Amino acid sequence: MFRRVLVKTLGLVGVTIQYGCIAHCTFEYIGEFVLCSGPSMEPTITNHDLIFSERLSRHFYRIEKGDIVIAKSPFDPKMNICKRVIGLEGDKVCTSSPSDVFKAHIYVPKGHVWLEGDNLRNSTDSRTYGPVPYALIRGRVCLKLWPPHSFGTLSKSPNKRIIPSE
Amino acid sequence: MAQRAGLGHRYIRAFISGFFVAVPVTVTALDRLAYVARVEGASMQPSLNPQGQSSSDVVLLNRWSVRNYQVQRGDIVSVLSPKNPQQKIIKRVIGLEGDVIKTRGYKNRYVKVPDGHFWIEGDHHGHSMDSNTFGPVSLGLIHGRASHIIWPPSRWQRIEPSVPAERMPLLNVNEGSDDQD
Repeated sequence: MFRRVLVKTLGLVGVTIQYGCIAHCTFEYIGEFVLCSGPSMEPTITNHDLIFSERLSRHFYRIEKGDIVIAKSPFDPKMNICKRVIGLEGDKVCTSSPSDVFKAHIYVPKGHVWLEGDNLRNSTDSRTYGPVPYALIRGRVCLKLWPPHSFGTLSKSPNKRIIPSE
Repeated sequence: MAQRAGLGHRYIRAFISGFFVAVPVTVTALDRLAYVARVEGASMQPSLNPQGQSSSDVVLLNRWSVRNYQVQRGDIVSVLSPKNPQQKIIKRVIGLEGDVIKTRGYKNRYVKVPDGHFWIEGDHHGHSMDSNTFGPVSLGLIHGRASHIIWPPSRWQRIEPSVPAERMPLLNVNEGSDDQD
């Protein structure tokens, strides 16, 4: 009788490990659900929105200018940030604000991206902490799931911060 | 005839169900527990690859110990390169957040390592692309900690954390000067 309990327990542990590994592979290589908080991506993403971010673009290095990405925060690896990619490596980005008289530009260094929130007034992003290494990016936001009235794909940047490539 | 077809179907089913168990478990183990990698280059001589091209060391990289981004000074770690996200570089941790480092060839002579970052250097100064080239590295880029050299068998050993005496950080702004009694 004891043997039967042992065998059943081992069976249960085995199944748990198997499904846990399948879950890890799904969240790591396919996509994950993210609950966003904070005002830095308004009006595109507001506080307490649930979005789905896919991992494939990041693993195949197909993140493009204008994509919204989830990345690890450069200053706290346990926190994630949700921002829009304004420039990829080699791109020219404007570091001065639209109200400045003299415009300042930099070129994004190799292996890095320039991230900015859509809510420029209320966002700490690359304008504060500089370009972010590409490898900190976790995934690309492709779908908003909650609230239901704004379900669907996300809109393009409301600001004219992206300088088109020559 | 029918018996042989039945056997074939059973093998295919067994193979597919085995495949769906083995692949996720292996991938999860390599991602979360540990994996092995060959060390290339001379940037960590003489600790790793002392014979250079003729025989490369193979190290065991422990991913479980860095899951909370906790490293100590002197650890040899593998890091996703800030200059090329497809490449992993293996270097020694010299300083943690708050440390003031005297740099070797960086644009600033002294650097205070910002929050959430750390300072890495290759043991072979001059042959190493490390923090002296690209500055402090974000902790989020850490990939694994090299715990053992497992090949060649003559170099089988556990890697102990040790910072070269001349590369110790000068002080830590959170802890105060290092020569306190």
